[in-house]
Amino acid sequence: MADLSSSPKAAGNAEQGKSQLALAWRQYRLERKMFWRNPSAAFFNFMLPLLLLALFGALFRHNSKNLDVIVPGIAGMGVMASTFSALAFNLTFLREQGVLKRMRGTPLPSGSYLAGLLGNAVTNASLQIVIVVLVARFAFGVGWPKNWLELGVFLAAGVAAFGALGVAYSHVIPNFDSAPAWVNAIFLPVLFISGVFYDTQGSPEFLNTIATILPLTHLIDGLSAAMVTGAPLSEQTGDLAILAAWGVFGGFFAVRGFEWDERS
Amino acid sequence: MTLRCEDQCVSSSAIEVTDLRKSYGEYQAVRGISFSVQRGEVFGLLGPNGAGKTTTVEILEGYRARTSGEATVLGFDPGTRPQELRERVGVVLQSSALYRNLTVRETLDHFGSLYPAPRSTADTIALIGLEGKEDARTRTLSGGQQRRLDLGLALIGGPEVVFLDEPTTGFDPQARRAAWDTIRSLRELGTTIVLTTHYLDEAQALADRVAIIKDGSIVAEGTPGEIGGGATKRVRVSWRDTDGTPRSEETTEPTRLLHQLTSDAMGAGHEVADLRVTSPSLEDVYLDLTSEEPATTPDAPAEASGRRGRRSRRG
Repeated sequence: MADLSSSPKAAGNAEQGKSQLALAWRQYRLERKMFWRNPSAAFFNFMLPLLLLALFGALFRHNSKNLDVIVPGIAGMGVMASTFSALAFNLTFLREQGVLKRMRGTPLPSGSYLAGLLGNAVTNASLQIVIVVLVARFAFGVGWPKNWLELGVFLAAGVAAFGALGVAYSHVIPNFDSAPAWVNAIFLPVLFISGVFYDTQGSPEFLNTIATILPLTHLIDGLSAAMVTGAPLSEQTGDLAILAAWGVFGGFFAVRGFEWDERS
Repeated sequence: MTLRCEDQCVSSSAIEVTDLRKSYGEYQAVRGISFSVQRGEVFGLLGPNGAGKTTTVEILEGYRARTSGEATVLGFDPGTRPQELRERVGVVLQSSALYRNLTVRETLDHFGSLYPAPRSTADTIALIGLEGKEDARTRTLSGGQQRRLDLGLALIGGPEVVFLDEPTTGFDPQARRAAWDTIRSLRELGTTIVLTTHYLDEAQALADRVAIIKDGSIVAEGTPGEIGGGATKRVRVSWRDTDGTPRSEETTEPTRLLHQLTSDAMGAGHEVADLRVTSPSLEDVYLDLTSEEPATTPDAPAEASGRRGRRSRRG
C-alpha cells in the first residue's frame, strides 16, 4: 500500500506541517532511547566495524596503501550495515510483531513515524563514520579526512540510497525468522564485490563489472575521495549520480510495497 | 470522501454499517452485514473463529478496505483514515505489540503525546489496574498485564469509540473479571464500545446488544435477553414417557403442547415424569445458530453451503 501521506488536511497547512515535524522528532528520540536501552545490541552494532578495522589494521599496519583502502571501505560497510541491514531487519520485526499496525492505528502520521525510524538509522550511520575516522586517525595514524564537506555529502547520499533500499528490501523478506539469511545474502557478497576489504583492481573482469553497478562501490569511492585522496567533489559526480539512481529505485519500491500488517 | 450524515442518520449513532462486504478473490469473508451502534452503547460481535468478526472491525478501524457497502464511524468514512477519526478512536488489536524496552509509564506517555486531548497517564494506569507497575519494562509484564497495557494504549487518547478485538482471549478467570470491570467503567464514562468475542458469557456480561455472525453474515441480533428468549419465543418442553424414554420438543406454542401432554396423562391416570419447560439461553441459540448444520431459526438467511464447513466450529 502506497499511502504514506497522513491526512488530506496536512497539505498546505503550515501548522500541521510543523507538528508533523515535531511528532517525527519525538518518535526519533523514542527510537534513540530504545536503541540504547538494549546495550548489548548497541555495543555489537558499533563493535563489528571496529573489530574488522582492528584486524585489517593489524594485518596492513606496515602498508599504508592497504590502510587507505580499508578505512573508507569499513566506513562504507558501517553505513550499509546501519541503514540497509538494520532497516530491512527492524521493519520485518516491527511488521511481524504488529508494532507497525499499532502505530497506524494512532493519529501519528505515517510519514512522521517513518521519519523517526529513518532518523535513527542515519544517526547510527553517522556515529559509525565518526568512530571509523577517530580510530583510523589515532590507532593507525591515518590522516584526518581531506574534505569534510565531501564526506558529509557522501554520507547523506549513502544513507539515503541504502535507507531506501533497506525499507524496500524488507518488503521482500517473508518473516523475521528468515530475515538474517535474507539480509546477509545481499550484505556479505556486496561487501566483497565492492572492495571493502581489498583493492578490486586485481578482481576478475565480471566481478568488476558487477561492482561498477553496485551502490557500495560508489559510496566507498566517494568516501575514499573525501577521506584519503582528497579528490574534489566535482570529480565524484558519477558516484553521486549512481547513488542517487539507487536511492530513487529503492525509494519507489519502499513506498510502493509498504505493508503495515503481518503477512498471513 | 467523507460520508456526511443525511437526515436518516440519527446523531446519536456512533457507527453505521450498511450492506458491508469484503471479498478476498473468490472468498467472501463478509457478506452484506448491516448494523448500527448507538453512542454510549456496548455492542458485541459474537461468533466462532473465522466468522468475519475481525474483518468487520478492521474495516471500521481503517485497517482494511471494504469491497462494497457503507460504513461510518463518528460520521467519518474509516476507509479514508482521516486524522480526526484516528484521534477519537481507540483500538485493541488481537495481538499486543509493545515496545519491550520501555517502561509502562514511558509507553503510555509516548502514546498519549500523539493525541490532542489525552487522558492522563496516571488515570489510565488506574483504569487498567497497573498501579505499582509504572516503572517496569513492558517485557517483564505477565501476559495479562501486557494485554491490560494494550487496553491502556487504546484508552490513553480519551477515545469516544473503542474497538476491542477479543480482549480477554487467553486470560485467567481473575484477569477476565478485571478486564470486564475496566470495560464497565469505560461504559459508565460514556464510551462507545465495539467488542468481538467468541465467549458467550463475555457478550452476555458486557454487551447491551449482540450480533451473532456466522460465515460473514449476521444470523441474529438483539439484546442478549431477546436473542436468548423472548424474541425467538421458542420454548423447549421435555418430559419422560411412560416407558421411561426421555422426550423433548421445541415449540412456539408451549400452551398447546402442555395441554395435550397433561390431558393425555390425566386421561390415562398417571403423572408426566420430569416435566420441564425451559426457554433457550443465549448459549443454546448461539450454538444452534453457529453449528455446522443449517440454522433452524426461520429468519436466518440461507447460507452458501459447504465451502467453509470445517472451519466454522463451535466457538
